[in-house]
Amino acid sequence: MSDALSTAAVPADASARRRRGLWWRARRHPTVAVGLAVLAAIVLATACAPWLAGHDPLFVDPMARLKPPLGAHLLGTDALGRDVWSRTVHGGRVSLVIGFAVAVTATGVGLLIGLVSGYNRIADAVLMRCMDGLMAIPTILLAIALMAVLKASLTTVVIAITVVEVPRVVRLVRGVVLSVREQPYVEAAVVAGSGFGRILLRHILPNTLAPVIVQATYIGAAAILIESLLSFLGAGTPPEVASWGNIMAEGRTYFLVAPWIILAPGLVLAVTVLAINLVGDGVRDMLDPRFARRL
Amino acid sequence: MWAYIARRVLATIPVLAIVALVVFSILHVAPGDPAALIAGDQATPEQIAAIRGKLRLDLPLYQQFALWLGNALHGDLGTSIFSNRPVAALFLQRLEPTVALAVMTTIIAVLLAVPVGVLAAWRAGSLVDRGVMGVAVLGFAFPVFVVGYILIYVFAMKLKILPIQGYRPIADGFWPFLQHLVLPSLALGLSFMALIARITRASVLEVLGQDHIRTARAKGLPARRLLFDHALPNAAVPIVTIIGVGVALLLGGVVVTESVFAIPGVGRLVVDAILSRDYPVIQGVLLIFSLTYVVVNLIVDLVYVAIDPRIRY
Repeated sequence: MSDALSTAAVPADASARRRRGLWWRARRHPTVAVGLAVLAAIVLATACAPWLAGHDPLFVDPMARLKPPLGAHLLGTDALGRDVWSRTVHGGRVSLVIGFAVAVTATGVGLLIGLVSGYNRIADAVLMRCMDGLMAIPTILLAIALMAVLKASLTTVVIAITVVEVPRVVRLVRGVVLSVREQPYVEAAVVAGSGFGRILLRHILPNTLAPVIVQATYIGAAAILIESLLSFLGAGTPPEVASWGNIMAEGRTYFLVAPWIILAPGLVLAVTVLAINLVGDGVRDMLDPRFARRL
Repeated sequence: MWAYIARRVLATIPVLAIVALVVFSILHVAPGDPAALIAGDQATPEQIAAIRGKLRLDLPLYQQFALWLGNALHGDLGTSIFSNRPVAALFLQRLEPTVALAVMTTIIAVLLAVPVGVLAAWRAGSLVDRGVMGVAVLGFAFPVFVVGYILIYVFAMKLKILPIQGYRPIADGFWPFLQHLVLPSLALGLSFMALIARITRASVLEVLGQDHIRTARAKGLPARRLLFDHALPNAAVPIVTIIGVGVALLLGGVVVTESVFAIPGVGRLVVDAILSRDYPVIQGVLLIFSLTYVVVNLIVDLVYVAIDPRIRY
């Protein structure tokens, strides 16, 4: 603690101060560093899936059905003799892409609706009632109901999860807009003759970005979880796509004899979601130290 | 206060209207003919026409909505396409296991999470606190069904102290009923507990910093009375709020939990309906679950007045 203070006390120049500031912050939030490291490892592993896997994830080997882990296959094999480790590594690609895609689309759409809602009273009344209505329907149920009418594909899974996540972003953005628009500097901008678009883009949007980025990490994590639930219930990504959810769904029938088919991808999924949440929590604390002390 | 209650009750009407609209439109957001969608890929034109007639899909959309909503308000949620029985009857038939699971989960979650959250706040920064919050963070990371399977693996397969799956109605005796509910409730309750514990800790921690707590401590009040008589009641509003919000988590979670533990409840009903494209059943369950959520949160808002005399409307 004392050396951190002394180095921070004598900054050589502005850029050095900023660098030390970052380092100091990272030391105060070790969970972010851990979360980022774990997440990076998982992303890297899935990116290198073809080289890391060792086996073809789709190769069916009738002679090696339901083999336990730590034999010829690191994490054992499933009911068709496919290698669970290589399926898990490849499945991570699908799950991570879904998480990322939902995080981007849900925050994008939510940002747009939230800005409009926060700035226009009439639009606000209508939009917020719609969001309240959407939020009143339990997330997973709404998503599976949507999947029941849409044709199962990666795109429709992303759409269904986006629909259930958008209201959360809208509420957040609207709240920020409502508080920022009363700030003196926004009033000053209005007096100075800035147009509606300029105020929205230059003064209000930047204030929403920090909380929205934090929210985006949570949404990415939630999307990975929801995808696994949808696939598990048979209403998610099409069965031929080996997402984490689908690998686990296929292992359901064999859980009593081959628990590793569910547990291996399940633990990897949990670690991924945990890492994303840790990064989100840490970034939130960095951005709002007052909040950090309370939670 | 009566004016407040009336206002709060009236405010749920637009929300419920939107819910009804969303639930109704689900069938119509899909590209193509809803009747053909329900009938499936191998249906003959006659079958499709029969479904269209049965669901009145030949009427204009707004008339369909009015008809559907009017019936729903009278308790008629339509007829299941496959079993040909009223959706409301199917729902009631499956209600007991789901209510049992939801109530049991809420009881376990509140009884475990609130004291643990208070303890974590009391010993903020200690190992106990870090441990509790660590477990809480973990609770958000696991899908419900993975937790369920881990519990089955440990308690049913290895330790053999609880049944693996299934459900016993309460009429068959309280003990077997309870035994079959323990693991599903824990699986379903983990994320709920994590949520409650975190909020309890944050809320109690804030109250602990206040003057009246310092006074109570200065006059030598024992820690247990300080925490549970002075701090917890003052920290109750956010906790009760999160329990209300968590009901959504619960209602979604029962669908998954019932599948893992082979419990013949409403959740199973809706999953089967989705796999067989039985849209009236899906819409009916969605509507009732959303109504439940709205009503629970209405009650939560009214409970504030009872638990916190500072709130006056």
